[in-house]
Amino acid sequence: MVPFELSLARPVYIPMAAPHIRQEQRTKSISRTAAQHWIEPHAHGIYVKPADMWIDPSRPAERALVTHGHADHARSGHGAVWATPETLAIMALRYGTEKGTPVSYGGGFEAGGVKISFHPAGHVLGSAQILLEHAGERVVVTGDYKRRFDPTCAPFEAVPCDVLITEATFGLPVFTHPPIEDEIAKLLAARAANEDGCIVVGAYALGKAQRVIAELRRAGYDAPIYIHGAMQKMCDLYAEHNVPLGELVLATGLAKEEMKGAIVVAPPSAMNDRWARRLPDPITAMASGWMRVRQRARQRNVELPLVISDHADWTELTDTLLELRPSETWITHGRTDALGRWCELHQLKARALDLVGREDEDEG
Amino acid sequence: MQAFAALIDGLIYTRSRDHKVRLIADYLRSTPDPDRGWALAALAGTLSIATVKSAAIRAMAEERFDPMLFRMSRDYVGDTAETVALMWPDVSTDVSAPTVSDVIDLLSSTSRARAPAVLAELMDRLDANGRYALLKLATGGMRVGISARLAKTAFGQAFGVSVEDVEEVWHALRPPYAELFAWGEGRSERPDPTDSAFFRPFMLAHPLEDGSVDLDDFAAEWKWDGIRIQIASTGGETRLFSRGGDDVTGSFPEIASAFSGIGVVDGELLVRGEVQGGEAASFNALQQRLGRKTVTAAMQAEYPVFVRLYDILFDGTEDLRALPWVKRRDRLELFALNLDAIRFDLSAIIEARDFDHLAEMRGAAREAAIEGVMLKRKDSPYLAGRKVGLWYKWKREPLVADCVMMYAQRGSGKRSSFYSDYTFGCWTPDGALLPVGKAYSGFSDEELKWLDRFVRNNTVARFGPVREVEKSLVLEVAFDAVHESKRHKSGIAMRFPRISRLRRDKPADEADTIAALRAMIG
Repeated sequence: MVPFELSLARPVYIPMAAPHIRQEQRTKSISRTAAQHWIEPHAHGIYVKPADMWIDPSRPAERALVTHGHADHARSGHGAVWATPETLAIMALRYGTEKGTPVSYGGGFEAGGVKISFHPAGHVLGSAQILLEHAGERVVVTGDYKRRFDPTCAPFEAVPCDVLITEATFGLPVFTHPPIEDEIAKLLAARAANEDGCIVVGAYALGKAQRVIAELRRAGYDAPIYIHGAMQKMCDLYAEHNVPLGELVLATGLAKEEMKGAIVVAPPSAMNDRWARRLPDPITAMASGWMRVRQRARQRNVELPLVISDHADWTELTDTLLELRPSETWITHGRTDALGRWCELHQLKARALDLVGREDEDEG
Repeated sequence: MQAFAALIDGLIYTRSRDHKVRLIADYLRSTPDPDRGWALAALAGTLSIATVKSAAIRAMAEERFDPMLFRMSRDYVGDTAETVALMWPDVSTDVSAPTVSDVIDLLSSTSRARAPAVLAELMDRLDANGRYALLKLATGGMRVGISARLAKTAFGQAFGVSVEDVEEVWHALRPPYAELFAWGEGRSERPDPTDSAFFRPFMLAHPLEDGSVDLDDFAAEWKWDGIRIQIASTGGETRLFSRGGDDVTGSFPEIASAFSGIGVVDGELLVRGEVQGGEAASFNALQQRLGRKTVTAAMQAEYPVFVRLYDILFDGTEDLRALPWVKRRDRLELFALNLDAIRFDLSAIIEARDFDHLAEMRGAAREAAIEGVMLKRKDSPYLAGRKVGLWYKWKREPLVADCVMMYAQRGSGKRSSFYSDYTFGCWTPDGALLPVGKAYSGFSDEELKWLDRFVRNNTVARFGPVREVEKSLVLEVAFDAVHESKRHKSGIAMRFPRISRLRRDKPADEADTIAALRAMIG
């Protein structure tokens, strides 16, 4: 990894892709910046050199540290995996038997002179930030995170660091996620107004679905909630990890009549598809941060947009940077350009990594 | 403002027309004056606030936001007003939100220079949805898929009055329509529409499916392929209405100003085409003029429009609608004598010996602007809507071509789980397929299920919501006409294409060529 030139007089923002992408930039580099001699960003993951470990690699690796169970971070086929017990359970459910060493929140180990520890990220069940300490430097990889209350996972913990490697999925100033209570109230009001039909809520099968269900329960909704078959095992897994979801009924093989007045939760891909033909006059809702933008909701034929996201919104992203004030910020994926611009405006040194394969629309 | 903002969002996310009407009706019933009147004006497109232009909104944004962050956001969102509404910080909620009429009062009483500051103060008092509605209200472009006619229909539904009655008084009233609501709620008499030009519902025709009519009882005219239009003039005021009852005067100002009569006439708006030797040009030419609020002199010169008159409803203030068609025709011919011959002519009566002769003439008519034949019962009064046995439209036999399905997209509403919109193409000389049209009707429910399965099983690529399919299925496509089009790579475009048959028996390489389609240009 050849470091890049950065002026010391004034923090600058350099849109920097992984080394193999921007070959032409490699020749310019002279001075070193924080952590670059031992952490290498590549298009397919972040490589921790002294420990010989990859963080969230998008292709099979001998030794992988995995922040959370979403498919764009936790791939199958690694040699050895270190992750939280919950993430390992999710990976085992999705990929069958997965070799793995559990690391609890706050716990850690040492490898090749790097102290590695896991801390809650507040994104989904088991999601973790990874703190790497080496050569007197502290580097935090946030993975995906949010700072809002979520009854289904441990809350985000701000970990002081020199380099923050952050996500920026919703890194545009138009993204402000409203209080989830308001969105749940919208959903319940729509249900009450449509006794003869049902509301089908599109929600990603890992995390979003369980959060919507848990928030409905928190709002006092105790009727059975109908779920798509693809969600059942994950909901069971959450229940086993002390996230009670109340009575869930599989929306398969039921008469239309039975689901009148019901709330049905399904993966977004099933909503406008053949699966949905079994539902009685469904109103299509979607729980996603992207629903903030009207045209996005309309493109997906959404009638009831619910702005519910498991990612940090613009305010959370920028507040976290102001709170931690890392001497350098590396932005892994999402709107790296806009968050980079904000860092420039706030005299924070930042660079874009543009990791590939991140950001599945449905996960927002 | 919150109720109005919720209405706007509801209309954006609702696709069903009936549901939209219900949302508006509920709002009009539950909202006090004058807010609901301003909202009605905003939906019907009769509200204009001269002090705020979209440039003011952009200027307001650039003053507050980093230009780079604003540009990135604007590029992502795709709409300036929405971008500003979303980026604007939520200020303390202590101050009360303004009402719709607060907004109108403040903005219309300020100067253009002061308007951005006034707007900014209002923005601070609203949440994101309220800010969006505010900016849309201030600039007048609601873009919620509501026509003026639909807004009036909603008013009618809200208060149990007929939309025709609303239509008659509408143009005599001004926003915020206090008298209209007073009448709707039974608190006062119906407002007097005298001296205003208003819309009367069109008389429409049934298709002539099979069989024939006796030409002793029926008169025949050409059915012209333009825009059906009604001209209403009181002498002081002249308005043009489309078939849906929307006021389109602004799109065709030369027609309104050339109309020197007093009364109400029914006709077809056409473009005089050069290529047709001064005759009516194809509908394609007219499309250049559609949907514009204002038109430039250059547009008027390039696409000169005229009206071919079919019927007369009022001569002066005399209501002729109860007269038989033959009597009205006489009155129309007299009325037309006093009109500018460049802008107005009469739709000619076809002289045919008998029905077979008429069929022959219909078959031989190749003019692009002729869509078929109209048959009107000679003793028919002018009645609103479609009445059995009075008027028939006898369209020209559709043209057909065998095309190959190339792409498919999901439908909306009840069809949102089906791939029901198909793009199809024809062959070029060097063996490539180029799209020539798109259709989403003409097949049965059973055929739709089969087509949906075909698309899913034969997808070769996906582009967002669009699936590209294996080029193997031949669709027989029926269409009314084909014309030149610069917008399409194939250089041609179809009018009213629909799927007439699935040709599962036919190999794709035997489908039609672009050249064959081009030969059908009328």
